[in-house]
Formats: sequence, C-alpha cells, structure tokens
Amino acid sequence: MTLAIETRGLEKRFGDTAAVSGIDLGVERGAVFGLLGPNGAGKTTTIRMLATLLRPTGGSARVLGHDVVKEAARVRAKVSLTGQFASVDEDLTGRENLVLVARLLGFGWGAARVRARELLEAFELSEAGGRQVRTFSGGMRRRLDIAASLVSRPQLLFLDEPTTGLDPRSRNQVWDFVRAIAAEGTTVLLTTQYLEEADRLADRLAVIDQGRVIAEGTSRQLKASVGGRALHVRVADPEQRDRAWALLAHLLGDELHPGTEPDTLFARVTREERVPDALAALTSNGIAVREFALAQPSLDDVFFALTGHGADDETSEEVA
Amino acid sequence: MSTTRLHRALSSDHQPAPPSALSAVLTLGWRAILKIKHVPFQLFDVMVFPIMMTVLFTYLFGGALAGSSADYLQFLLPGIVVQTVMFLTVYTGVGLNTDIQRGLFDRFRSLPIWQPAPIVGALMGDLMRYSLAALVVVVVGLVLGFRPGAGVPGVLLAVALMLVFASAVSWIWIIVGFLVRTPESVMTTSFLLLFPLTFVSNIFVDPATMPGWLQTVVALNPVTHLTTASRGLMHGGVAAGDVAWVLVASVLVTAVFAPLAMRMYYRER
Ligand SMILES: Nc1ncnc2c1ncn2[C@@H]1O[C@H](COP(=O)(O)OP(=O)(O)OP(=O)(O)O)[C@@H](O)[C@H]1O
Ligand SMILES: [Mg+2]
Repeated sequence: MTLAIETRGLEKRFGDTAAVSGIDLGVERGAVFGLLGPNGAGKTTTIRMLATLLRPTGGSARVLGHDVVKEAARVRAKVSLTGQFASVDEDLTGRENLVLVARLLGFGWGAARVRARELLEAFELSEAGGRQVRTFSGGMRRRLDIAASLVSRPQLLFLDEPTTGLDPRSRNQVWDFVRAIAAEGTTVLLTTQYLEEADRLADRLAVIDQGRVIAEGTSRQLKASVGGRALHVRVADPEQRDRAWALLAHLLGDELHPGTEPDTLFARVTREERVPDALAALTSNGIAVREFALAQPSLDDVFFALTGHGADDETSEEVA
Repeated sequence: MSTTRLHRALSSDHQPAPPSALSAVLTLGWRAILKIKHVPFQLFDVMVFPIMMTVLFTYLFGGALAGSSADYLQFLLPGIVVQTVMFLTVYTGVGLNTDIQRGLFDRFRSLPIWQPAPIVGALMGDLMRYSLAALVVVVVGLVLGFRPGAGVPGVLLAVALMLVFASAVSWIWIIVGFLVRTPESVMTTSFLLLFPLTFVSNIFVDPATMPGWLQTVVALNPVTHLTTASRGLMHGGVAAGDVAWVLVASVLVTAVFAPLAMRMYYRER
C-alpha cells in the first residue's frame, strides 16, 4: 500500500524567501502525523502545497498516491483542509456554512441539510447552528471549521494549528475530536507550535525549522535523543532549598538549576542509578520533600537540543 | 462529547459525485443572497450617499441648473442610478478580498468544483445587489417626483444596460481584490478611481458649460455614455449610439480584465 503522503525535496520559494527548502516526509496511512515548528518554520506553506493550494517550486509530493501538481483534482477529491484561520463565512450561520460546503461537494439540497444537522449535533453546535458565525467563540468557530472539513469523509485531513488561540477546555475538546477522526481511519496531518499537542496526538512527528526537517520520529525517540531524564524536586520548606541543592549536586554529580518557584529544583540526570540514594539522603538529613519526579524530557527540551533555541524564541524569520 | 453521534457523523459514507459547474455557481450565488439577507447594511450604506445627493442637488441646485427642481430630477435621477450601481461594484473586490483573507477561498479551491465558480457565483450575487439598489433609488426618485417617460420597460432596459457595464467593471475590482492586502485598501483604491469616473461625467450637469478640455474628458468617459443611454432609455428617445458605445466598452473591459483576473486566480496556487 502506498504512503498517505510522500514528499521528496519539496521546496517553495516566494521571490527571495525560501519558505520551505527541501522537505522529505513519509506519512503512513491511518496515522496521525505532527509537523512541529515555531512561527515561520514553513508549516502552513508545506500543508498548502500538499493540499494543492500552492504550487511547489521544487521537489515532488504525492498524496494518497497522486502527484499534487499533475493530479491536483484527484488529490482534492480525497483530502480536506482546515486552515490556520477558521475558513468559514462569518456572515452566514453555522448551518448555512455546512450546507454550502455540502452543496459544493455535490449533495442535493435535502441531503445537504441532513448532513449539516448531523455534523452540528456531532460537534455540539446544534444550539448555535442558527446564529451568524461572527457571534461564535473561537472554540465554536474551530469546531465548525473542522466539521466543514468532514462533510464528506476525507481519506486525509490536514489540520493547520487546530488549537492555536483556544483555551485549555476548547483545546481538549478539539483533541478529542481529532482522536475520534483518526479512530475512524482518516489519516491526519496536523501542524502545531505546541509541543504538548504533538506529544499527545501524533504517532510520529517531524520537527521543522526554517523550512527544513531537523528531526523525525516518534515523540519517544525524539525525547531519547536529548539524553538524560529530567528530575524535578519540590521541598516542603523553601528555606531548605539551598541545603537540598548542595546535597543533590554532591550526590548526583549533575548540575542543578532553581525552578520557577522558590521551593523547586531541576536537574538533567546523567546517572539515574544514583537517584534513589539521593532521595534517601534528603530525608535522612531532615529535608522534607513534597515532590520528587523523574520525567521524560519535554519536546521543548528536544527543540532546544536540536536548534539551540527554544521553540517559542523569536527567530529572525519571525513574521507577525 | 456524544461519541455515538460523532461516530455516526464521521463514518457516514455518502460520497456524491462532484456538482456540475452550474450547480456550483448557483450554490455560491445562494451564498451571496444569504449575505444580502444577513447583512443588508452593506447594501444600504453605499446607497445613502447617492440618495442624499439626489435630494440635495435636486432642491439646492435644481432650480438654478434646470429651471425647477422637478425638471432637474428628471435629468439627474437616471445618472444617480448609474452612480449607485457603479459604487456598488467595489463590493465585488471587497468581498473577494475578504474571502481570501479569511481563508474561505482556500476552502473553495480545495473543493472538487469548477474552479472559477466562486468568482462567477459572487458576480451573480452582485448582479442581484445592483438590481436591488437600482430599484431602491428609482423608487426614491418616484416618490420625489421622477416620471420616466418610457415607463417600466424603459427603466428596466436602462437598469439592464447598467448591469452589463457594472459586471464588466467588477472584473477590475476583482483584480484589485487579488492585489491588495486588506478589504479596506480595496475600497480606497477603487473609490480613488470611481470618484473621478462618476463626477467627471454628465451625471450632475450638462457638460456644455464646462471648459473645452474638460468636455473632451467627459465625452471620453464611459460613464457619460452610460448616463446618456440610461436617460434615453428611461425617458424615451433612445440614444442608440450611446447604447452601442456602452456595450462595446463592456465587451472590451471584460475581454481584457476577466482573463487577467482568472490568470491571477489560478496563479495564486
Ligand atoms: N505568500 C507569501 N509571500 C512571501 N512570503 C511568504 C508567503 N507565505 C509565507 N511566506 C514566508 O514563508 C515562511 C514560512 O511561512 P509559513 O506561513 O509556512 O510558516 P508557519 O510555520 O506556518 O508559521 P506560523 O506558525 O506563523 O503559522 C515565512 O518566513 C513567511 O514569511
Ligand atoms: Mg502557519
């Protein structure tokens, strides 16, 4: 079986700007694949080329077995795109938006209305369905936008930053929907700036920066590439943090850093076998410990290790 | 979330064949009509100005310009309808630009439809808007004492001619809509062209009293010919030459700008 997405040296230049400079990707059918990168990394440009909205200036891409340039119409018939900015008509109601898309997919008027109702119910928009979209909250708009992408069942769904700007509750809701969509067998390619989101949703992910893939794999593999697990310690009494600091530095042989709060400490542990003894030593020295956790490094750490700058740092490419 | 409903909605396998070009255009025309229904203000805010001008010019200058306000209104009103429709054409570009900025065009273009359908559908909706606006201005005119000698058929023919010319001009604003960044700048750019086009014409006064060079400019302005033709059609005494002039100008403008607009539309990709 062919891959859902396969790109070779995919490139897009806008005049002098190289937005995407040679991307090789392979996405299995049925997978949720994450494209992770900071502002201006080239995520939207990549997705728009794959969805046949932009013509690549170099390289090639096949989506569901079809070339995105030569067989654009066949690609379009099988994929759906939810763009970075909710692409719904603000002046129309939620229901009218869905009927519109259904009609443009070839549904008759009656079937289009039935489908709109079904989707409004599924995405918890039944009550708001008769209101103009301009009165919707960000979360509702996003849900409507995703619903509009699912009017006919796509084999591949592109989601460009599906949760940017949403509050935690709406974000969780969107995550649930993405999982449900993937569970139905639809391949999902999503872009995100949130490391947590890629970690939670994607089976595999590619980290892109300045138009290039700088790492690819499962999030577990990527984290392992950073090396060393993160130790987080919280002492009961902030007064005792300095003593704990000295003791742990001595016993672990690693550098310690103060956490963001006055009672926390953080270290990248290189010799894990020493950790149990270190905890015991704290207690026997009369330092009460409230939290002591050995965690996988976050994708933030991964990004830092790969690029030398954090994912949310301002980069020179940054564009508002 | 209700998982069974979601499951049912997501697993629906109804995959109809893509719509015909006509069906796609009609659906997008339906969208344009819904917009008129939901945001009628957009139609009326551009009409306030021409109506205000009608009232002001008729009663302030009418007597001085044509002997009496009533006589001046007969002269002025056909031109005011032309001006109203011309101003409205700007909204074709504004609407297109808004759709691009909002990402709606991306959605349309990723659907398996006849690709020019979003533009043609929008134009259809715009024709509806132009007709509505023309109707409103004519009714206001009738209330003020406008009495078209050629009756309803004459008025309808005049409006039809305006629609032909307006849809040709709309292609220019579609191009502006592709070129500039915000709907506001589409508006500014377009009015920058429309103001001289509608004022340096014979809509408000007979150009006979203007300096010679200005008369030349006015005579070359297509809006002048459209106005003369509309007056002729509404009051009887058809100016066949002007009607032909307008039709030829419309064909030329469309022939130049429509392919250009479509090229830009495809190039976006
Ligand atoms: N139409 C365009 N013309 C010129 N440059 C562009 C255009 N579109 C994108 N770019 C540039 O290409 C680069 C990549 O942009 P892109 O939108 O793909 O990034 P992104 O990863 O989606 O960023 P964000 O997280 O901000 O959405 C940026 O430097 C951007 O300025
Ligand atoms: Mg983007």
